[in-house]
Amino acid sequence: MPAGYVQLDAIDLALAALLILINGALSLTFHLGLERTLLIATVRMVVQLALIGLVLTFIFAQTSPLWTLALALVMIGFAGREVLARQTRRFRGWLAYGLGTGTLLLVGMLSVIYGVGLVIGPEPWTSPRFILPVLGMILGNTLTGISLGLETLTTTAVRERAGIEAQIALGANRAEALSGTVRQALKTGMMPIINAMAASGIVALPGMMTGQIIAGVDPLDATQYQILIMFLIAGATALGTFLAVLGGARLLTDERHRLRLDRLQKTGS
Amino acid sequence: MAKDGHTPRLRLDELTVHGLAPVSFAVTAGACVAVTGPSGSGKTVLLRAVADLDPAEGRVYLDGAERTAMSGPAWRRRIRFSAAEPGWWADTPGSHLPGRESVASAVAALGLTTAQRDQALTELSTGERQRFALIRALADKPSVLLLDEPTGALDAQATERAEHLLRSFLDGGGTVLFTSHDHEQVGRLASRCLAIRDGAVREEAV
Repeated sequence: MPAGYVQLDAIDLALAALLILINGALSLTFHLGLERTLLIATVRMVVQLALIGLVLTFIFAQTSPLWTLALALVMIGFAGREVLARQTRRFRGWLAYGLGTGTLLLVGMLSVIYGVGLVIGPEPWTSPRFILPVLGMILGNTLTGISLGLETLTTTAVRERAGIEAQIALGANRAEALSGTVRQALKTGMMPIINAMAASGIVALPGMMTGQIIAGVDPLDATQYQILIMFLIAGATALGTFLAVLGGARLLTDERHRLRLDRLQKTGS
Repeated sequence: MAKDGHTPRLRLDELTVHGLAPVSFAVTAGACVAVTGPSGSGKTVLLRAVADLDPAEGRVYLDGAERTAMSGPAWRRRIRFSAAEPGWWADTPGSHLPGRESVASAVAALGLTTAQRDQALTELSTGERQRFALIRALADKPSVLLLDEPTGALDAQATERAEHLLRSFLDGGGTVLFTSHDHEQVGRLASRCLAIRDGAVREEAV
């Protein structure tokens, strides 16, 4: 434990929990009807965080990297589900889940191997204390890029169907016919991380950096870590968005270079 | 590719599209076939299937060569579908057309101006856009044109100009399949007529 680190106890948390009553009071006063949702969200937050704390404590105590791998796969699975949940139009069948999750798996693994294994280089490099937080930050941001990219791809393809099919009817191949749609999707997918980089340090103090500072790390060292993580996230988001959007564009067309919007289905949201 | 007198320009062999009984027929070069039938009867679906824009069972031949022998884009450069409501992907009609000189005569023949060619599509009328779509479809000389209500948004004079342009395409050996709700137009243009009724396609007298 670094010098100056303050351990929290149950009373501290209970005092902080009082603040959630402001939310409840607001909902009651203005008849927002949010009490139930608020209660569920609060309980979920506490239970989920407590659980992950226990799981991480358990995994840190293990010597086998297989436990780390197992949790990493679970995280990727949930991230893939989140990508799916954010789509208004999904691909039919297993591809709906497979495209986002497959991309996250590949990008997550590559980023961890590069970022933790090669760049940070802890001893041993499979140390869960490094791999899991880094993977978490990468997944959280990459899934945003992938979701936005795929959502833009499918909605633009549906909206611009007449123009895309006009190009196809004139003899364009699928890459030519979808180039505008793909460019729009890539741009939308990469915008949040570019904005986040531009705003970080001025508008927002990133979570990892602030966490390290509270834990007693020198701010300059914490900043270095944050910069490294930002680069990792930016690279992973770009790669993930690129792979998912190009994969999606391929699924939206077939080997005869036809536009196949019948492969999409609209979801309730 | 065989191009003797016995090989039809376009031949459909049991082409099966959703909602229609299998369709078989052959068209020679220079022929103009009208596809008629009530709205929703499947005229557009049939033309789209011939252009390979939607998956369909059955075989289609161009000059004796089956379409599976060539790529989708190569097929559609020769068998050209033009939608009733043409789609656009850039701002002006001109940016959808090849070189300015190559289409200049068609632009004039349809009563359009070169200024309109560079005007925003949103500023043009439906009829003007439809005429530019026809020019676009004809521009690189396809073998077969599949036109979905090509003059649906045109007045009498513009329709006459469009029909004149199509006739010169036919005279040059082009083949046209078009849908129309206008019986007089069918009589003026078509040499044959395919009527769709209750999911069946039958040849009728023009």
